[in-house]
Amino acid sequence: MSAVPMIEADNLVKHYGPTRALAGVSLAAPAGSILGVLGPNGAGKTTAVRILTTLALPDSGRGRVAGHDVVRAAAAVRRLIGVTAQDATLDDLLTGRQNLRVVAELSGLRASEARTRTADLLERFDLTPAADRVVKGYSGGMRRRLDLAASLVTRPSVLFLDEPTTGLDPTSRSRMWDVIRELAADGTTILLTTQYLEEADRLADRIVVIDHGLVIAGGSAQELKAATGGARLEITLSAAHPVAVAALEPFVSGRIQVRAEGRQLAAPVRSRSGLANTVIRALDEAGVLVDDIEVRQPSLDDVFFALTGGDAPAPSLDDLPRSDLEEVRP
Amino acid sequence: MTITLAPPASPATAGRTGPVGRLGTCWRNTVVLTRRNLVHIQREPAQLSDVTIQPVLFTLLFVYVFGAGIVLPHGANYTDFAIAGLLLLNLTTSAMGTAVGLSTDLSTGAIERFRTLPMWRAAVLAGRSMADLLSSALCTLIVALTGLAIGWRTHASPASVAAGFGVALLFAYALSWACACLGLVSKGPESAQSVGLIILFPLAFVSNAMVPTQHMPDWLQTMANWNPVSAVTAACRDLFGNPNPSGSIQAWPMQHPVWAALAWSLAILAVSGPLAARLYRRRTTE
Repeated sequence: MSAVPMIEADNLVKHYGPTRALAGVSLAAPAGSILGVLGPNGAGKTTAVRILTTLALPDSGRGRVAGHDVVRAAAAVRRLIGVTAQDATLDDLLTGRQNLRVVAELSGLRASEARTRTADLLERFDLTPAADRVVKGYSGGMRRRLDLAASLVTRPSVLFLDEPTTGLDPTSRSRMWDVIRELAADGTTILLTTQYLEEADRLADRIVVIDHGLVIAGGSAQELKAATGGARLEITLSAAHPVAVAALEPFVSGRIQVRAEGRQLAAPVRSRSGLANTVIRALDEAGVLVDDIEVRQPSLDDVFFALTGGDAPAPSLDDLPRSDLEEVRP
Repeated sequence: MTITLAPPASPATAGRTGPVGRLGTCWRNTVVLTRRNLVHIQREPAQLSDVTIQPVLFTLLFVYVFGAGIVLPHGANYTDFAIAGLLLLNLTTSAMGTAVGLSTDLSTGAIERFRTLPMWRAAVLAGRSMADLLSSALCTLIVALTGLAIGWRTHASPASVAAGFGVALLFAYALSWACACLGLVSKGPESAQSVGLIILFPLAFVSNAMVPTQHMPDWLQTMANWNPVSAVTAACRDLFGNPNPSGSIQAWPMQHPVWAALAWSLAILAVSGPLAARLYRRRTTE
C-alpha cells in the first residue's frame, strides 16, 4: 500500500441555498485502502461523495482523485472512478443485462468487450438468472448488486459507495461486505459512506466521522475507540455490600453507577493489563463476593454517540427526496 | 457469492483522443442512447400511440368529417390537400414526446449514472432527438399509408415526393430540439406535457395545414402565413404535386415555401441545439 492518497478532499465547503451541507471537510484515502465516512443522516456524507465524483461543484476547497482535480479535470476523474449512489441509478425499463451494456458502451468498451464484461459481472453478482428481466421487477438486494456491478464495468481503480447496504437485509448486507473486501484486496481504493458503525468497524482501514458538515474525528476504529471513553467496568456482586463502592473507588476514572439494589456496579475505567485481577483482589480483601466481572471495550456506537453528542439526527438534505433538493439548488 | 474480479486494468478505451476519436465517441454514445430510448418505446408501446393510432384517427376524422364541409378554391380534392397538412399536424403535436421523454429521463436516476461516466454529455440529448426522429419517420409512413388507403395521390416525380418527406422530417427534427429545451426547463413530465400542448396545438392549427388561410381574419392570416408549419405544409404540397391554395398568397414564405421551410428548420435548429446543450449543462450542474 503506497502512501499517495488516491482520494483527497481539502477543506470542501458546499451550500445548497441557505443550507450549509459541508463546512470544510478534509479527508484522504491511500491507494488500496477502504476509507469509511461515518455520520448520521444529513451530516454531509452524500454531498462530499457528489463533489468527489464530479456530480456537484464545491463552493470552495479542492477534491482530487488520483491527483486529478475533480473540477478542472472532471473527465480524467470520470475515467478512473466507479460510483454507486445511495439511490440506485438504474434504468427501470431496461433489463439487468441491457443496463450494464449501456454503461459499458457509454464508457467506451467495444461491443464485444461490453458483452463479455456484462456477462461476467452478471455471473459474479448472481444475477444471471434475472439478467433478461426488466429491472423494475428486481428486489432491493438485486438492484443494489446490479448498481454495484454497473459501477465496476470499467474496472475502476477508485470506487465510491454511498451507503451501499442501507435498506438491505442481513444476508444481502454480509454478501455486500464480502464483495467490498474482495475489491479492496484486489487493489481498489474505496470510499464508503455509512450510518452503521458496525459496517465502518468491519470494513474500513480508516474512519472519518462527519457531523453537520464537519469532520469531528478520524483514525482507525481502534484509535477512535481509544480516543473517546476508554473501557467500562461492570461488576455483579453476590449480595449488596456496604464497602463495595469504596473498595472500587481507586480503580475507576468516573462516577460509579449502582443498580439492582447495590448488586450491580458499573464505571468507566482506563483499560490496562491485569485490571480485572487487581479489582477482584481488592474486593476480595474487602470481603466482597463477586459473581461476575467484565471489562468491556467501547463499541464504535459509544464512540459515535460521545462524538456527536448523541442527539437525534435532524432531518436534512440527505432525507429530502431529490425533487425537493432541486428546489434549493442554485 | 464468489467473485474474483480482475485487478484494476487501464480504464477501458474511453480516453481515445484526437478530433476523430472524439467525434467517434460522440457518435457511438449517441447510438447507444438512441437504442436505449427505442427499448423504452418497445417496453411501453402506448408511448407510440401519438405516431401510430393518432395519425390514422386524425386522417379519417379530418378527411371525412371536416373535409365534407370545406370547399377548396378551383374545386380541388380535399384528400389530396389534407394529407400534407395531416403529416405536419401529427409531426408537430408528437414533438411533445421529446419534451416529455427528456423530462422523464431527468427525473430518474439513470442520468446520475451517465454523469459519472467518461462519455459525451450531450449524447443524452442527441440520443433522444435521434430516437424521436425515428418515431417521426414511423409517423410519416403511417400518415402516407392511411392517405393512400383513402385515395390520396401524389402528382410529382418520386424524387420530389421524397424531398417533400425530407423537408417534413427535417422540420420535425428541428422542432424536437426546441421541445428538448422545453423538457429541460420544465419541472417534470406532466408540466412538460401541458406546456407542450399549449404551444404546439396553436402552432399546428393556426396554419394552412387543415384549411386554406384565405378566409381567416387578417391578423390570424398573417400569423398563419408566417407560421413555420404553414411553410413546411405548403412546401410538401408543392413537392407532392398536391393542391396548394397558399401559393396565391403574397407573403414571402408562401411564395417560396421550400426555402422558407428549410430556413425555418435550420434557424430553429441553430437556436435550440446550442440552447438545449446549455440548459442541460445548467440543469445537471449543482
